[in-house]
Amino acid sequence: MRNLLIFITKYNAFFLFLIFEITSIVIYIKYNSFQKATFINSANDVTGKMYTRINGLYDYMSLKEVNDSLARENASLRNQLKSSFYVDTVAKHKVADSVYKVQYEYTVAKVINNSVNHSNNYITINRGSKDGIAVGMGVISNGGIVGKVVNVTEHFANVQSMLNKDTRFSVMLVNNKEIGYIRWGDDMNPHKGLLMDVNNNAQPRLGEAVVTSGYSLFPAGIMVGRLTDLHPKGGGISLNMEVTFSVDFTKLQYVDVVDNKFAKEQEGLEALQKKDD
Amino acid sequence: MIRTVLVNLIRFILLVFIQVFLLKNITLYNLATPYLYILFILLLPFETPNILLFALAFITGLTIDAFYDTPGLHAAACVLLALVRILFISITVQKDGFDNEPEPTLSIMGFRWFLTYALVLTLFHHFFLFNLEAFNLSQIQYTLSRFVLSSLFTVFLMLVSGLLFYRRKERK
Repeated sequence: MRNLLIFITKYNAFFLFLIFEITSIVIYIKYNSFQKATFINSANDVTGKMYTRINGLYDYMSLKEVNDSLARENASLRNQLKSSFYVDTVAKHKVADSVYKVQYEYTVAKVINNSVNHSNNYITINRGSKDGIAVGMGVISNGGIVGKVVNVTEHFANVQSMLNKDTRFSVMLVNNKEIGYIRWGDDMNPHKGLLMDVNNNAQPRLGEAVVTSGYSLFPAGIMVGRLTDLHPKGGGISLNMEVTFSVDFTKLQYVDVVDNKFAKEQEGLEALQKKDD
Repeated sequence: MIRTVLVNLIRFILLVFIQVFLLKNITLYNLATPYLYILFILLLPFETPNILLFALAFITGLTIDAFYDTPGLHAAACVLLALVRILFISITVQKDGFDNEPEPTLSIMGFRWFLTYALVLTLFHHFFLFNLEAFNLSQIQYTLSRFVLSSLFTVFLMLVSGLLFYRRKERK
């Protein structure tokens, strides 16, 4: 027993190393495999508040770009308004009726923390459960899709960005509606993604738009990006293509969280079907 | 004693701030990301007890993890860094010299020793960090190039900060 104690004190560095190393690796692996909400992330009170504060400074420096994009969005929204007024006044009248139910609801949120240079990137936004954000909702910006919500606290939420190895969304080619899924490219370029598993019969063209298919968290037809390379390496029985994202993740400022009102109902229905099988 | 604690506390806060609010946004050519915060562990006094050293390394790692949303990743790399630090110092520095050489800074230990020290420790830390983050052998080439370039970037920043706080009088 005494010899054992002497042995341990003599090589105490190594044993201490083992204890701390195992602790940290357990934390790392546990978080990674379950995506659990732990207190060590940028949505907790302390780090969240600090990010909000420093973000004020960053905002100030990019006011011009934000102004430009807001003005552009304003213009496009105004265009839509006008056209809907002139084209069909009847349909407009019906919207106020209960014929149409709102399926998607958008909540605007501000990005207070963002990264693009890790192999798994997350975004923190300044809306949380208090504002009706829940885990699993999709996130878009005025350029296109951004990611999905993975953690929610009262005032903040973590978004798993498109620039994350685990992010996959169902998308389609805009012209012939061929379905595939999009994921981030292998070389960690924040502007490029890969469109995978498209049917061989599809005839994609360079520069063709890729949009959401409506099988995912998003309404159908939301812009994802444009095809920039039809034959990246890999692929075999199906087509793989390189996509340039329409959202510039390095300059993300404001995003919209999409709440699909019918998601629960749809999930329940599909779960029922599984049970029957 | 109080002075040493205070200096290290300020250094910790300063380095974490620089890392999280400045260096986090810097990436050269999509490859080189500096992790300057490990300078805090490098510059702890020689006489720090092992248990305190490991605990501080673990806490530093977790603090960075909280901001980077990667719980455990930086903590694991920092704990490894602490072990390498203990081994490196026990090999290269004589124990009785601790009285007049309290901290392993550039101005006290000289340029050559500090460069080797910073380089070896940074290489270990970054190698472990990048491989644990990727956790994947299929992109090993890419991970390795990230590791080498980031290490060079980090060591460069360490030398710059060392020269910035260089005090000639301390050298005996």
